[in-house]
Amino acid sequence: MAEMDTSSGGGHKKGPGVKKSKKLSTRVDLTPMVDLGFLLITFFVFTTTMSQSTAMKMNEPKDDDSTQQIKVKNSGAMTILLGKGDQVYYYYGQLDPEKLSEQFKSTTFKQVRDIIVEKKKATPIDDLMYIIKSDKQSTFKNAIDILDEMSICAVPPGHYAEVDITPTEELLISKTEEANGIK
Amino acid sequence: MPKVKIPRKSTTIDMTAMCDVAFLLLSFFILATKQKPPEVLSVTPPASVSSKAAPDKSILITMTKDGKAFLMLGDETKKAEILSNINATKGLNLSSTELKKWEKAPFVGLPLNQIKSSLQTAVEIPANKLPGIPVDSTNNEMIDWLKSVTNVYAGTDQRKLQEMLLVKGDQSTLYPVFKNIKKAFKKNEIYKFRIVTNGEAVPVGSELYLNPPKAD
Repeated sequence: MAEMDTSSGGGHKKGPGVKKSKKLSTRVDLTPMVDLGFLLITFFVFTTTMSQSTAMKMNEPKDDDSTQQIKVKNSGAMTILLGKGDQVYYYYGQLDPEKLSEQFKSTTFKQVRDIIVEKKKATPIDDLMYIIKSDKQSTFKNAIDILDEMSICAVPPGHYAEVDITPTEELLISKTEEANGIK
Repeated sequence: MPKVKIPRKSTTIDMTAMCDVAFLLLSFFILATKQKPPEVLSVTPPASVSSKAAPDKSILITMTKDGKAFLMLGDETKKAEILSNINATKGLNLSSTELKKWEKAPFVGLPLNQIKSSLQTAVEIPANKLPGIPVDSTNNEMIDWLKSVTNVYAGTDQRKLQEMLLVKGDQSTLYPVFKNIKKAFKKNEIYKFRIVTNGEAVPVGSELYLNPPKAD
């Protein structure tokens, strides 16, 4: 679309011997250049990661002997277990060997927030305690996500704790995983 | 009826101004993009709603996807001290020239007993081939490393140290690796540290969203 100015040869003739030198316009078509410019802009806008890495606080309890352990009321306790394949298992209170299948429930990270909130609403705040246990097969992401879930649900610090998993629970998880076909 | 002659106008417009704007924006975005320092260890941290920015100067433990642990000593003023401290306490028998050479390494990713031999050879092992610092439950060298760190920082502001201690892990790192690193912290009586995460918006409607905590 580059234009050429051809309008210059108007009225005045320059004699027979003089060759008419064509005046070239200095105007260049900028459309491709603009196209390229905006293409690059979109590229940079999309590739720029806006998310800056943030730091999450971690407070670990002191590994004291059992004298320091806090007694938790059964009615206010909810144990959240993290398994492989981003699966979450939970039960309330203490595990009763007779009623395992009723007590031990499985869920996912999408639904666990509602369960946490429900429990929080149903329990007086002083009794509330979430016990988080991570299976060997769970990932670092799971552990961080559940802690994040705690801060999203505004569970006050001191009302949730990470505890080592017990062999019974590990067995329960692996059995449930087998039954649900989670690899 | 007389014909009304509509003067034909050219469809070409002057694009100079548009071009100017486009390139102005382009140069702005190029310049405003904060260049990330080249990361040798590629790790995708999990997301969290925490809004505090991670400090630049830090003692960073990185856990890779395959469960290897690396240590980056970001505080240049203390790096030499920490390295010579672990050299002395763990009997690595490094000469001063070897220590100098070690200081230049961006991070530690070798078991303690392999450090001397790696400093003597000229060949550099690529980061993805490094075995990492062992953090098994039987042989957890991260305990020794953190001990040296606490030794060097003893007497300084402990809160500053706590803010510098960072753990960064890949999303798919298995939990036991993280557990062993937590154990290493606890063994050195460090109960507070930070985890590097990707910032994430607080979900709309959640309790944290409705009652945001006051900034401390």
